[in-house]
Amino acid sequence: MAESRVAFDLQIPSDVEYIEGVVELARQRCRELKLSPTKCSLNVPVALSEALSNAILRGNESTGGKQVRVRAIISDTDLVFEVVDEGPGFDLDKCTVDCTTEDNLTKEEGRGLFLMRQLMDRVESFRNQGNVVRLTLHRE
Amino acid sequence: MSFSIKKQGEVVVVDVEGQLIVGNRQELKQKVLDELEKGEKKFLIDFSQTGYIDSSGLGVLVSLSKKIREQGGELRLANLNDDLQTLFELTKLDTLFQISDTRERALESF
Repeated sequence: MAESRVAFDLQIPSDVEYIEGVVELARQRCRELKLSPTKCSLNVPVALSEALSNAILRGNESTGGKQVRVRAIISDTDLVFEVVDEGPGFDLDKCTVDCTTEDNLTKEEGRGLFLMRQLMDRVESFRNQGNVVRLTLHRE
Repeated sequence: MSFSIKKQGEVVVVDVEGQLIVGNRQELKQKVLDELEKGEKKFLIDFSQTGYIDSSGLGVLVSLSKKIREQGGELRLANLNDDLQTLFELTKLDTLFQISDTRERALESF
């Protein structure tokens, strides 16, 4: 079984101003792992940013006092991010919208989950001491 | 991250420096809407100094494009790097916007 290690484990307040700092930390880890430039500058920043903003705005509803936990876990094969909020959770499949259809293309919202799933190799949502969104990206 | 606005001929050019994300999208929206309210019609957003854009940032571009068109104006984009181009292709927003390789080409296209 592949060994894994925690690259970072943070708690941030429910404020979108904290997203950029967490994403920058994740990008640094990506560069240290020598992931491809596209994974470092597109896949990880956008997908993680979406997961964090969903957790802050929808899960915790920007409520002061509520926290978002974000962990990065590195194994031989994968880079995994777990974003945990204090909300009730959601059905990933039901909430994901195909934003590329003619009807949805001109809508302002509805691209977040779609982008997460396009940019990561696997996206999961489940309950475990909070609402967890787990993003998995293969290192190769 | 910041937005700078300047006028080149009849075109309002906005440079997005850093990220265009949920934390700053309203600032961009307000700056462009202020110019639209002053009567400006032609807008170009230049992404040559932009890192990444999230879904909120993309949503603001869509919203601004609609509002500018409703006022008889036009919003065009320039200088998407390969990652941003991929993002626009994944979301098919490359079909919604007129996108130029360079600022000069974009300015000439108005």
